[in-house]
Amino acid sequence: MRTPRWVPWLYLGPAVAVMAAACLYPLLSALQLGFYDWSMGTPWGEAKWVGMDAFSRAFQDPAVWRSLRTTLLFASVCVTAEMVLGIALALALEGQIRGMAFFRTLFILPMMIAPIAVGLTWRYLFDAQFGLLNAILAIFDAAPIGWLAQENTAFIAIIIADIWQWTPFVFIMMIAALANVDGAVLEAARVDGANWWQTTFRVKLPMVMNVIAITLLMRLIDAFRVLEVIYILTFGGPGDSTEILSLHIYKTAFVGQRMGSAAAISVLLLMVVVALSWFALRLSNPLKDEER
Amino acid sequence: MSVRRHPALVAAHYGTLILLAVVCVAPIILMFATSLKLQTQIFTTGIHFIFAPTLENYRGVLGEDSFKRYLANSLIVGVVSTAITLVLACMAAYGLARFRFPGRKSMAYVTLLLRTVPLAVLAVPVFMIWSQVGLINSLWGLILLYVAVNLPFAIWLLYGFILQVPRELEEAAAIDGCGPVKVFYKVVLPLIKPGIAAASIFTFRIAWNEFILALVLTDRATRTLPVAASLYITDIGVDWGKIMALGSLIAIPPLIFTFIAARQIITGLTAGAVKG
Repeated sequence: MRTPRWVPWLYLGPAVAVMAAACLYPLLSALQLGFYDWSMGTPWGEAKWVGMDAFSRAFQDPAVWRSLRTTLLFASVCVTAEMVLGIALALALEGQIRGMAFFRTLFILPMMIAPIAVGLTWRYLFDAQFGLLNAILAIFDAAPIGWLAQENTAFIAIIIADIWQWTPFVFIMMIAALANVDGAVLEAARVDGANWWQTTFRVKLPMVMNVIAITLLMRLIDAFRVLEVIYILTFGGPGDSTEILSLHIYKTAFVGQRMGSAAAISVLLLMVVVALSWFALRLSNPLKDEER
Repeated sequence: MSVRRHPALVAAHYGTLILLAVVCVAPIILMFATSLKLQTQIFTTGIHFIFAPTLENYRGVLGEDSFKRYLANSLIVGVVSTAITLVLACMAAYGLARFRFPGRKSMAYVTLLLRTVPLAVLAVPVFMIWSQVGLINSLWGLILLYVAVNLPFAIWLLYGFILQVPRELEEAAAIDGCGPVKVFYKVVLPLIKPGIAAASIFTFRIAWNEFILALVLTDRATRTLPVAASLYITDIGVDWGKIMALGSLIAIPPLIFTFIAARQIITGLTAGAVKG
């Protein structure tokens, strides 16, 4: 079928135009904004060119480094726990189980409901006076904990909420991947005398390594993007103990009204996320189906 | 495929599954339960499973005129942005799947990278640009942004489904005298319905749930429900009953979607990474 060159763009044009106008262009202007000193509410004409100032200040700002450290710690703890738990549970529960579809439906509920509802619910659960967690502690005669009022416990709280919300994602990805593993290969391993441990770690998991890697990257990307649940749960506090990078950007821009600095830090976060996404794309190779 | 399992093993499986389900669902149930309690019942500490449910909190929330406006805003933004996203995504996915053209691969990759942009990063420049062009505090500004944010995922989900449609079917229809629009409408569309269902749910869910962009880009008149809920905490302090009622109301539509279309949602979640 011979088609003129412009025909594809008839189909793609509208979508590309919207994405360019409301995603790509804003991102490029964030980069530009990073070179200016501009306060919210003042006309753009009054913005001052400050060159690399905002970027170098961002890199020297201890608050940015603290926030970056918090983000890295949060992301690594959450994602490690979610991967280990999710994979272990999938290995334990894979196979033909009656009613699995129903259980899967229940498992995806935490990630389907609004982050705002998740944040509010966990804020209530962690409430020092009325929260369920302290009520459970009380059964064991333990003293109530001001979960969200102390730096360490607040950090644990945001991690618990994230693990609750996202472990099911790893579980579901792994269940789907394990269901695709060729049963004949496992049978062959078993015939050759491999025990459960060997079939699992030498045969089964290596066969789904690609999915594990993609799931890991997807979780890492999301852990760097996370904002809303923490916004509601702690708003970065107490102090700045739970102020992850997205929240730091939000506060710099809309509480501190320093748009230029916020844009400079945004570029930093964007680079991290784009790098992770790039790896994910290389692994998942989205255009692979075309070679058929 | 039936491997005979030991009954004890089966029991252990179900035991674990039920425990996991309880962990997943308990906080959500607690939210609903708290929304049905009076302030005095919430203030008594300890765990109480039995209480007289009341709709007082819902009456309080729904009674406010502003709530109706926020609900209307949320519905408008959710429905309109989903509709526009789906139309544009169907077209783009079809174009990507059926044509080979220069720039196609780089376009595909840029689209996929856009999918992972942190919303906080987007909020800063979009706020600035929308302020300049007069899209700030307008529902259209929010809708445009949600369409852009949702397009990458919707395009890729639908792209996978369109690839499954045999090209011969389309060619046969074309020979029978169908124009391109009719081919798409009569042949492709019915075959990718599950994909459209999944894409609609994901798009609506984001638009309905999202709150940081909405917080930045709306005012009193154009506020959506999640923004209203976030402001509730500071406004009312510890009125947990009302807060949980609002949280429950926001959670209800996604919960309904999840129960009626769990299979499509799981397809969407695993799309790309897992075959089949």
